[in-house]
Amino acid sequence: MTHPSLSRRVFLKASGGTLVGTLAFANGAIAMLAPSTSWAVTTEQFDDHQARTLLIFTRHLLPHDTLEDAVYALVVKDLDRQAADPQVRQQLTNGIATLDRQAGGEWLALNEDDRQAQVEAISGSPFFKTVHGSAIVALYNNPLAFAHFGYGGGVDDSGYLHRGFSDITWLPEPPIAASGTIPVDSTPA
Amino acid sequence: MDYTNQRTFDHDDDGVVVVIGSGAGGGTLANGLAQQGIKVVLLEAGGLHTRTDFHTDEWRAYEQLSWLDPRTTSGSWRVAQDFPNLPAWICKTVGGSTTHWSACSLRIQPHEFEARTRYGDLEGATLLDWPIGYDDLAPYYDRAEKRLNVTRTNDIPGLPGNNNFKVMYSGAQKLGYECNTGHMAINSREMDSRGHCQQRGFCFQGCRSGAKWSTLNTEIPEALATGNCEMRTRAHVAEITHDASGKVTGVSYFDGNGEMQHQKARVVAVAGNSIETPRLLLNSASTQFPDGLANGSGHVGKHYMRHMTGSVYAAFEQPVHMYRGTVMAGIIPDEARHDDGRGFAGGYEMETIALGLPLAAAFLNPGGWGRDFTRMIDQYDHLAAMWLVGEDMPRDTNRVTLNHDVRDQHGLPVANVHYDDHDNDIAMRNHAYQQGSDVYRAAGAVDIYEVPPYPSTHNLGTCRMSEKPEDGVCNGFGQTHEVSNLFISDGSQFTTSAAENPTLTIIAMAMRQAEHIGERMKARAI
Repeated sequence: MTHPSLSRRVFLKASGGTLVGTLAFANGAIAMLAPSTSWAVTTEQFDDHQARTLLIFTRHLLPHDTLEDAVYALVVKDLDRQAADPQVRQQLTNGIATLDRQAGGEWLALNEDDRQAQVEAISGSPFFKTVHGSAIVALYNNPLAFAHFGYGGGVDDSGYLHRGFSDITWLPEPPIAASGTIPVDSTPA
Repeated sequence: MDYTNQRTFDHDDDGVVVVIGSGAGGGTLANGLAQQGIKVVLLEAGGLHTRTDFHTDEWRAYEQLSWLDPRTTSGSWRVAQDFPNLPAWICKTVGGSTTHWSACSLRIQPHEFEARTRYGDLEGATLLDWPIGYDDLAPYYDRAEKRLNVTRTNDIPGLPGNNNFKVMYSGAQKLGYECNTGHMAINSREMDSRGHCQQRGFCFQGCRSGAKWSTLNTEIPEALATGNCEMRTRAHVAEITHDASGKVTGVSYFDGNGEMQHQKARVVAVAGNSIETPRLLLNSASTQFPDGLANGSGHVGKHYMRHMTGSVYAAFEQPVHMYRGTVMAGIIPDEARHDDGRGFAGGYEMETIALGLPLAAAFLNPGGWGRDFTRMIDQYDHLAAMWLVGEDMPRDTNRVTLNHDVRDQHGLPVANVHYDDHDNDIAMRNHAYQQGSDVYRAAGAVDIYEVPPYPSTHNLGTCRMSEKPEDGVCNGFGQTHEVSNLFISDGSQFTTSAAENPTLTIIAMAMRQAEHIGERMKARAI
C-alpha cells in the first residue's frame, strides 16, 4: 500500500501555497513529521472546538489512517472560507451543536465507534453533504495528498515521456506492433 | 497560433454563413466554408483559452473549460442522482469539446448506419436507419484521418503505450482479445508544425503541447487566416430569427457585455452540442414555428443518446501510475460487433481511461464515503482503468426539453436532460462490466471496482437525420427538413449512436456538409 512520503520540498511547496496562515505550528517547523496532535487550525468563522469537530468529522467521512491531520485541516480551512456566507456558517455550527447535543456533551469525547454511529445516523443530511462536498475536493486537491497517494500530477511540459510513463516491469513488454516507439527526435528532459 | 480576425463583417451583412459553436462540428465547418471563399461569422459562447493557458490542476481546468451554465436533469439514470445539475461534461471555450476530448478517432462500422434494419424493432426504442451509409462518409473519413494525423492510418505509427495500456494489453492477451494503442488524433511524430505527444497525462484538461488535434489549434486559426472568417467569442446565441417565408434571416445573441446583438445571415449552421442545439431551436419558437424552429415533426430534443458507459477500475499489487501518459492509451475493439448471442443489440469498446487524484475522488464513487470509498483511493497509484463505451438505444422519452422554471444568466430557459436506460443499455453495461473485470483479473487484479457513468461527453441524436421529414429534423446533409437555409452541424444529427467515440464522424460529416453548402450556395439554391 501507499506510504506517506512527504518530502520537505513537497511540504514547503504546499505550505507556500496554502498551509502558511492555515496552520499554527504547535512545536515549530519539525511539526511536519510530528504526530497529528501538533497541528492547530487557524479559522475565522469557527472556534477551536468547532474546527476540531469538523476535522474529526471529516476523518470519519473519508478515513485514511495514515494521512496526516494537516491535510484534513485543508478541508476545515475550505469550510471556514465557505462559512463567510452566514447561511453556510449557521448550517455548519448548528450541525456541530447537534452532534454535541446528541452526544450528551462533546461528540469529540465519544469513542471512535460511537462517533462513527452518529456520523452514519446523519448521512445525507444537509450538514453532512456540505462537509462531504467540501472534503471530496479539498482533501484530494493539494500537493500533500498527491504525495501521500502517489499521484504525480502535472510535471513540466516535457511530461512523463521520460519520467516513467511506461516504466512498469512486472508485466511483459507489449510488442511494438501493438504499442509504438518513443519519437526519435525526443530527448530526456 | 494567430487568432486575430483578418476581416470583420457588418451585422447587416446578409451574405454570411453564421456558424454557432467552434467545436468538432462548427470549427471544422467554418474552416471548410472559409477555404471555399465563403464569408463566415463564427459565434462561440465561450472565451479564447489557448494552449499555454491550460492547467494541470484538474478542478481549475474544469472551471476554465467546462460548460457550467445551469442545466437540470430527470429520469432514472444514475447521473441525475449523482450530478443533478451536470448532465454533461462538455466545454464552453474556443475549440469546444475538442479541447477536452481524448482524441480517440474511430469510424462508425457499416452495419451501425442500418441499426433499425440490423437490430430489428426493439420495444421501447426508436431505432431508425441513417439516411446516409458508410460509403457516403468513407471518403470524408479518409480526409478526416489525414487531417487529424490519426495513428495507425496513412502509415502514421501508433503512440507508445503507457503503464495503463500495458495492464490492459496483458489481460487482453490472456482473454484472446485484440488490443493496441488505437487510432488517436494525437501526433506520434511531429507533423503539421505540431509536436509529438509528451505523455503529460492531461488530454482532458487541454493539450499544452498541441500534439492533440483540436479545432483550437488547427481549423480555427486556418479559417481566420483565409480572411473569410470572423470569430466572435463570448457570443451566446439566444434565438435564430426567420422571415415570413420561413427562411432563417440571422441570429440574436448576447455579446460579452451581455448586450443583445443581431447578425444577419444567408445560412445558419448550429453546432452547439446535442444539448444546446435543440435548446436553441426550442428557444427560437415563434407564431410560425410554435413548437420550436424546424420542429414541425416534433423530433427536436428527442432521441437523446449519451452512449452506454461505465468504467472498470482495478487495483494491482504493484504500482501502475495510470495518470502518466495519454488518457485513452489502449483499446479493445472485439466487443464492438453486433452479436445478438450476447443478449443485447449493438456493441461496445473498451478504452483505457485515467483520472488524476482530484477527479478520481469525485467520479469513482460519487457521493461515496467511509472505508468502502477510501479503500479505493488508498490504492490510487496501483489502479488501472478502462472506460466502456457502447451503442445506447434512442428513445423518444429520452429528450432535451426547456425548463421554464430555471433560467440562465441571460434569462433564457435552461435545458432539462431526461434519460432512462433502456433494457438493452443495462444488459450491455452488465456484459461490459463482466468482460472488463475479466480483463483485469487475467492481468492479476487484487480488487475490481465497477464505476457508474460520468456526466456525458458524448451527447447525440437530438436533431436526428432521417430519410423522411416526419421521422427526424434534418436530411443526410444536416439540412433541416423544414427550413432550407438552416443546418445542424454537430452530433445532434446522429440517427443512432453507434458504439464508437463520435468526434471523427462529426468531423467527417462537417467536411461533407461544408462541400454541400458551398455547392448549394453556388447554385443559388440557398
